[in-house]
Amino acid sequence: MTQTFPITVTVNEKDYRREVEPRMLLSDFLRHELGLTGTHVGCEHGVCGACTILIDGESARSCLMFAVQADGHNITTVEGLATDKDNLHPLQQAFWEAHGLQCGYCTPGILMTMIPFLKQNPDPSEDKIRHALSGNLCRCTGYQHIVDAVKLAAEKMK
Amino acid sequence: MKPAPFEYHAPDSIEQAVELYSQYSGEAKILAGGQSLVPAMNFRVVQPSVLVDLNRVGELSYIREDKDVLRIGSMSRERHLEFDPLIPKWAPLLAEAVHFIAHPQIRNRGTIGGSIVNADPAAELPVLMVALNARLKAKNKSGERWIGAPDFFAGMFTTALEFDEILVEIELPLSAPRTGWSFMEVAPRAGDYAMMGVAALVTVDEAGKCKGAKLVYLNAGEGPVEAKEAEKLLEGETLNDELIESAASKASQEEINPFGNIHASSEFQRHLANVLTKKALKQALQRAGEMS
Repeated sequence: MTQTFPITVTVNEKDYRREVEPRMLLSDFLRHELGLTGTHVGCEHGVCGACTILIDGESARSCLMFAVQADGHNITTVEGLATDKDNLHPLQQAFWEAHGLQCGYCTPGILMTMIPFLKQNPDPSEDKIRHALSGNLCRCTGYQHIVDAVKLAAEKMK
Repeated sequence: MKPAPFEYHAPDSIEQAVELYSQYSGEAKILAGGQSLVPAMNFRVVQPSVLVDLNRVGELSYIREDKDVLRIGSMSRERHLEFDPLIPKWAPLLAEAVHFIAHPQIRNRGTIGGSIVNADPAAELPVLMVALNARLKAKNKSGERWIGAPDFFAGMFTTALEFDEILVEIELPLSAPRTGWSFMEVAPRAGDYAMMGVAALVTVDEAGKCKGAKLVYLNAGEGPVEAKEAEKLLEGETLNDELIESAASKASQEEINPFGNIHASSEFQRHLANVLTKKALKQALQRAGEMS
């Protein structure tokens, strides 16, 4: 018989109780069990950064964690950033205004990487921004507009 | 890309973890930060039948001074090493190198013990453990033992741990007075596996003469590779460009054994080792001088 575990996870300030198989990845749990499909799945081996979420406020790859490990922890996904569609988070607003995305596949992961980065570096240099983006792959474009968007976000969030 | 099924255990004490790990003698794998194991499981390259997850063992996560050594719990995250003020105080080499380990998203989960036990020849932490002459504490049901870092790494992804032993603590000695450090690596992009990297330490006496040197390389063989002959060339000498040149040449041409890969041929890796050794030795020497 397949072993399952009851878990309670707080996602975007809401508590969820579910039974999970230990091999279920946190990324799949968020998407398939909770319907939070904003967390994108790219490479599933920790290279592309598309599935980045916050666990207890720190960025992490959700494809490199099992859902069972999130039991009792606090998760934030991209859905937790804006209060509603007319009130985007300043980081999202900056990506909109500076054309920081094309297809949008990598965007949720980049946003969730930049949230703690901007908190720790409220006035980052371009060099620092590029370094901080190195763990997130975008295949549409060069990174120039993404860098511009992060700079604009830093201004907005001051 | 889904892991094969496995039986899961998440003990909350070291005792329980050791008990469980020995109970499944050899079938179980330890889940530490999971930043190398989980990708391998997603690809089904690795299919452990049992996982013992150490993430709930809070007593394995600490960084503390203890008389003349620094003790680090094996489940301390790489991100903690990056921000704890004790690290630059005790091991500035480690403080400098930790930024080269992957990306913040990985360092938030990845642990010092996990990276050491994974023993990837391209990883930074095994090299740093050898350079810093760390001692590693292994524990099983019958007790504990200490293993010196140079004896711990037994080859490609292989360590001296017995099938039922868990790495629980890393002990770093205080470095000798007037010891300068440098860590350098070259990767295709920031955060990628490096094509070549070196950890260098230089200790000088009051007159500025070299009392001891360490040169340890990553991605240069089956594990961390120490260039002992090159180190000997430097010991007891007043270092100058010519000596540094010959040490770099000895290390890069005779002592390391890089395999080459899609990003760099072995010849190019040797070239990188040569250039990095010279730069790192000069920086370490300068830092040692600034301390006298």
